[in-house]
Amino acid sequence: MTKTRVPAVEGLFTEVDGIAHLIGAKVPDRESYFFPAHQAGMAGGDPAAVGADLEECLLSNTGRVWSYTTSSYAPPPPFVANTDPYEPITIAAVTLEREQMVVLGQCPQGITPDDLEIGMEMELCIDVLHEDDENEYTVWKWRPVAAGEGS
Amino acid sequence: MEDLAIIGVGMHPWGKWGRNFAEYGTFAAREALAEAGVDWKDVGYISGAITVRNGYPGYVAGSTFARALGFNGAQVSSSYSACASGVTALQIARGQILSGATDVALVVGADTTPKGFLKPNEGDRPDDLDWLRFKLVGSTNPVYFGLNARRRIDMYGATSEDFARVKVKNSRHAVHNERARFTKEYDVDDVMNSPVVSDPLRLLDICATSDGGAALVVCSLDYARSLGHEDPVRIGGLSTVTPTYPDMMIDLPYIATDSAGATPEPLRGFKQSIGDKVYEEAGLGPEDVDVAEVYDLSSSLELDWYEQLGFCAEGEAEQMLRGGHTEIGGRLPVNPSGGLGAFGEAVPAQAIAQVCELVWQLRGEAGQRQVDGARVGISANQGLFGHGSSVLVRR
Repeated sequence: MTKTRVPAVEGLFTEVDGIAHLIGAKVPDRESYFFPAHQAGMAGGDPAAVGADLEECLLSNTGRVWSYTTSSYAPPPPFVANTDPYEPITIAAVTLEREQMVVLGQCPQGITPDDLEIGMEMELCIDVLHEDDENEYTVWKWRPVAAGEGS
Repeated sequence: MEDLAIIGVGMHPWGKWGRNFAEYGTFAAREALAEAGVDWKDVGYISGAITVRNGYPGYVAGSTFARALGFNGAQVSSSYSACASGVTALQIARGQILSGATDVALVVGADTTPKGFLKPNEGDRPDDLDWLRFKLVGSTNPVYFGLNARRRIDMYGATSEDFARVKVKNSRHAVHNERARFTKEYDVDDVMNSPVVSDPLRLLDICATSDGGAALVVCSLDYARSLGHEDPVRIGGLSTVTPTYPDMMIDLPYIATDSAGATPEPLRGFKQSIGDKVYEEAGLGPEDVDVAEVYDLSSSLELDWYEQLGFCAEGEAEQMLRGGHTEIGGRLPVNPSGGLGAFGEAVPAQAIAQVCELVWQLRGEAGQRQVDGARVGISANQGLFGHGSSVLVRR
């Protein structure tokens, strides 16, 4: 039986025509972006956004590596490991060009720091964060653009 | 801004004692009061730094300490700004004294910290960034330190050995500090052979979490003189700045930075602005500093502070370290106490502990870790969600 795929947390990402996007917010007529979108409710720190009627928007699904690292020990709850025993996860910080912001995300299992370098082009994908008997809980992840070809 | 006198400092040794945090706080407070020659009943204001890991008494830390010392009718407040809490508490005390509301104030922070990663509050809280970063990304605090260290490697040619050298240097300092938790001297191989926590950082590059407590007695210069403190160590500058939008350094607990799409990044980033503020208040600059206590949550973050506080140009911190300039005996010793690497972080106490060390240094009471002739000291630290923390002390 196929498991149902459900977002680990609602409202943060989506897929449009098979392309993964983070759901952010922006100030109308101004290139000022926020992620997660609910941060925008608190003006996200931008003095120019205070009181503005922010609009939801899909963020760029590609960017370049700003930095990367690992969580070599299992993070504490609410994190749920998808492997037992725990396998280190690789985490990338990626700069989105249009938005001029850096967004964190895990990389899919199997990608290690040796596969990454600063400036490398990355793309967003939706992948499994963890699963139980009924569901696969999904999240956004960053993978090198080359790794996505043909998959 | 008028200078403030620090007439008493106190510190409970750092460790994993497992006792009530209020015990450490009152121990430190009594030591500071005794040194100042101030009777607790004469203290008009107590400013507590909050701990969020010890239930309700931690949220009302100021009154918890006041009660433990014996309620004396003093005015009270409790402040939380994560790692910056101690300096926020000091900032409030300064305001009370300079406004004339009180003659003398007691500032106290203490913590009892569980083992392992610091983690978010319990429950399902998707609108809390501190919860989201653990849940969706698995980004513990060391993840942010690792991202930062990788940037130093890529941009400035830092190596893992450089990071290890920070730990080695600070461990040599800590050998002479009876209040530090870790007083063993490490070498580069010890660090390089410890397991990777967040690549490229290893276990010995990252600070532990500890129990501890620290306290300061502060007052006006006139009041200090009336008690016979003719030449006290003075606070010349105090910074609790917030960032200026957009802050482009990814830092805990965020999963995304601000956007520089519409507003260009400020010329001086958040962490640079923390020290800028105290230099401005004190009318001094980095060239005047003799000794510094900076927040080495990780070894690479200590290197960042050399640049952010203006001790060297951007990208030159590794050279400054390799040249021995930040070791005791060097041009500008950093973390003569041993730093967080030797103490482990006791969150609300740590920023106060930094000031305690600087006071001992400026009084010439630091024993074998004494920085000769230290007249100006600076502390620096940052609390998550945008809290700057820096104190400039002088004599």
